[in-house]
Amino acid sequence: MTALRKEMLRIALFALVVTVFLSSASSGVALNFVMMALYAALLAQAWNILGGYGGQFSFGHALFFGTGAYMQAIAQMQGGLNPWLALPLSAMASAGVGLFVGALSFRYGLKGSYFALVTLAFAEVFRIVALSVPFTGAGVGLMVPLREGFANMQFDSRRGYGFLILALVVLALSVTCWLQHSRFGAYLQAVRDNEDAARASGVNPFRIKLGAIALSGAFMGAGGAFYVQVFQYLDPGIAYGAHTSVEALVGAIVGGMGTLWGPVLGALALHTLADLTRNLFGQLPGINMVIYGTVLVLMIMFAPRGLSGAGKSLRALWKGRTP
Amino acid sequence: MLDLGILFPSLLNGLTTGAVYALIALGLTLIYGVLHIINFAHGAALMLALYGVYFLKEQLGLDPYLALPLVVPAMFVLGYGLQRVVINRASHGRDENILLVTLGLSIVMENLALLFFKSDTRTIDTAYTLTTIPINIGVAQAMISLPKLVAFGGALVASALLILIVGRTDLGRAIRAVAKEKHGAKLMGIDVDHVYAMSFGIGLACLGAAACFLLPAYYVNPQVGNGFVLVAFTIVVLGGMGSFTGALLGGLLIGMVESLGGLILGESLGQIGIFLIFIAVLLFRPQGLFGAKT
Amino acid sequence: MTTRRQFVTTTAAAASALAFPLVGGAQPKTVKIGVLHPVTGSLAYSGQQCREGALMAIEDINKAGGIKSLGGAKIEALLGDAQSTPQAGSAEIEKMNEAGVSAVVGAFASAICLATTQAAAKYNLPHVVDVGVADQIVERGLKNTFRFGPGYRKCAEVAVANLHVLNTAAGKPARTVMIIHEESLFGSGTANLLARELPGYGYEVKEIIKHANPTRDFNNIVLRMKSVNPDIVIPANYYNEYALLVRTMQQQKVTPKAIYSVLGGAASSYKFVKEFPEAANGIIDCNHWFNPKDKRSADLKKRVEAKGLFFSYEVFMTYTAMRVLADAIERAKSTDRAAIIDALEKSAFADHIMPYGATKFVNGQNMGAQPLMTQVSKGDIKVIVPREYREIDPIFPLKA
Repeated sequence: MTALRKEMLRIALFALVVTVFLSSASSGVALNFVMMALYAALLAQAWNILGGYGGQFSFGHALFFGTGAYMQAIAQMQGGLNPWLALPLSAMASAGVGLFVGALSFRYGLKGSYFALVTLAFAEVFRIVALSVPFTGAGVGLMVPLREGFANMQFDSRRGYGFLILALVVLALSVTCWLQHSRFGAYLQAVRDNEDAARASGVNPFRIKLGAIALSGAFMGAGGAFYVQVFQYLDPGIAYGAHTSVEALVGAIVGGMGTLWGPVLGALALHTLADLTRNLFGQLPGINMVIYGTVLVLMIMFAPRGLSGAGKSLRALWKGRTP
Repeated sequence: MLDLGILFPSLLNGLTTGAVYALIALGLTLIYGVLHIINFAHGAALMLALYGVYFLKEQLGLDPYLALPLVVPAMFVLGYGLQRVVINRASHGRDENILLVTLGLSIVMENLALLFFKSDTRTIDTAYTLTTIPINIGVAQAMISLPKLVAFGGALVASALLILIVGRTDLGRAIRAVAKEKHGAKLMGIDVDHVYAMSFGIGLACLGAAACFLLPAYYVNPQVGNGFVLVAFTIVVLGGMGSFTGALLGGLLIGMVESLGGLILGESLGQIGIFLIFIAVLLFRPQGLFGAKT
Repeated sequence: MTTRRQFVTTTAAAASALAFPLVGGAQPKTVKIGVLHPVTGSLAYSGQQCREGALMAIEDINKAGGIKSLGGAKIEALLGDAQSTPQAGSAEIEKMNEAGVSAVVGAFASAICLATTQAAAKYNLPHVVDVGVADQIVERGLKNTFRFGPGYRKCAEVAVANLHVLNTAAGKPARTVMIIHEESLFGSGTANLLARELPGYGYEVKEIIKHANPTRDFNNIVLRMKSVNPDIVIPANYYNEYALLVRTMQQQKVTPKAIYSVLGGAASSYKFVKEFPEAANGIIDCNHWFNPKDKRSADLKKRVEAKGLFFSYEVFMTYTAMRVLADAIERAKSTDRAAIIDALEKSAFADHIMPYGATKFVNGQNMGAQPLMTQVSKGDIKVIVPREYREIDPIFPLKA
């Protein structure tokens, strides 16, 4: 069995396990937990495509998140579009923004921290503009009307949302899997590892990176659209705020950049950590976040190549090989 | 909406606000220039320094300007310790890990402050908080707040000191060597870890100075640092990563851009000027005004 | 299958209950109430003040004998941290639901309340909103949501009407207005309403300034104020920015005929008045306020201050929200959620320290809820309008 087949099978297994869980669980807490963990995983996976496989670290992924979210809300509220149709539209809008930012940044050769900072700056610009233009509701924000029903992509329990986000995550995993085995993916990783050498071998780094940022943006935008369907209220801070950018990159890096399962692992680990610590020592607010931050630092200290890297090391140790 | 009548005082306000931004950016540019890390914990460190200044005033009655010789060295020690003990060890030298470690540190610092100092906003009252100084040039008139004028002076002095330290001392030579070529410096016998820690320490010490100049005109609470981080990053990039002159001039410039943006586009939308400049510099002149072309 | 599911749900419930810091200890017969606020993150101060109010109310209720119709059952608070985000708020609701709470009081911020009321609605869990001024919270047709205090539309209407009353009584010295508001939901929403209503009463809105959260410096805004020279300045923002704005006005010696706040962050704040008495003097606010004629408010204020805290609106809003809920549980004679919702719908609770009269919920909004107009005078905050709650005569304008 080829590596590709093996990985696709693993993805299918993952999908199956989560489906079974979502179908049979009755605890709202558990369903909500899984939904939010998958949501975090989608954000991390989106970031991973550009950051892990493309080597372009973005600090402003909220740019794509917010665009997707606003598009989803506006398409429904002002365009009267069905949310199921709005979802791919949101992904495309985010991809479009990705192409725009990517074209500018890569055309001018931005790399490393410079690229990271320019994405941050764009996210801020969009946030500030969103505060002033009327069609985003400006500072007041947008509130998608509550209307439960499958046709309206609003579910009465987290179960429905869980399946939706699972589908998106599986799609992202499949695309990442394809990335690992396709020519495009090979070119992308070549550009990541040594752009000049890649160019010398006939690869067009500009076009490859553009493809990556569009793909990454599309998934992030889907995440934004999903957020709007679940929480229904959106404002410029929620859409383009730094916390979403941070959530995306933290999950991917902690889990292991440039790996298939890294983002899922990282998102799950961090989400579990956040959940466990949220009510620790509840009478003294602040201790919970101190613990979270400390564990985060410790995670990085002891798993510098991410959790999936640590997993590989452990497995190798187990098998008696040097990691 | 450009109101010429208030253009002059508005620009002066921008200059003095920018001076504080410059003080914050000075430390960040050193940290980036030498360690090549984007310090996510810079805002939280500023917050801790502000609390330091606050408590010295509240408990000991020490005026913030007189607190400089206490707060600056204390922040230096904090910075040295953090880099040597935590950041260095935790990150194993990988860039993406350093950024996560500083992020984790910022969460820890902010919430320790929340835990111990509570969430209330604190302010100090000094005799000169409300004093304004008239500045008149011809027909143009302005009343500039005294604490902000002092901050302006402080930024000039701090920049000059930093330029001297890095340009003339042995430590400065070591810092420049490590910033340029880490491995070569190591081969020459320079203790790179020590230099890194010294740089981080000096970077945070600048925040100590910034806090002393900022608190009289502002306030402190556990989240106060977050409002300055993005502006500081913009200035570091605009001035050129690693350049003190750049941070100073960049800070002043950004302060004025913010004022002008506010005048023309309104205070909320006017913020866009800062980030458009940020993007423009990154695209068209990434080395900034004074940085070396890499 | 059923037994396994029961086992899973029970263990989940037990685990969830254990996940919460229990206040009041586990008694054999208690009524569990979720107390959900953003006690960490950017809204930590307000969230903690709200929580304080809730806990004091629970303490008072329990001391007076608990829920008498349930045999003196004590209220047990399950504390939750919304971490200043809607996601965390929703997740806490799920946990509270499984821990078996009969109702929830929370969540201070409008954006968080939108998420928490909706999450609670799935389980028909009664949710009393303590502050959350966005009108959408009670306009979504959620049967489980009840807001005891006023929304920002009501506050803006009252503010404009009362401004006109004050101005007319003083001989109409003021005609021009400048609005300074924070850029997000409450500030923008309030500013929009004011801008719409004021011209109808004959006022000219000369300028509307929207500023960021946080704003690092107000000098330029104050310069603009000097240049526009409005008769009245109307700020609608949060504590930090309000305080900085007013201090800057004092520093630049800008003194309009009146500073007339609508939901002003520091305008009717004991903390602000104590720390900046000169800057605060004379400021008028249209904001949440307690009934000054009810002696119990003064007692509660004393108790709060004895703890070293300020008697801010978060404290008494959440205190009374908890009281309304307790009264409903008393009348429902049950911890059943549907019964409590029914009791809340029929509530006529009048034994509270707010100036709302007898409670009457229509579509979840208490119709009697209203803000009061206060003015800072001689280092204290006094009610000036409406007349039935007046403590001092208003000084309007501050200067001719």
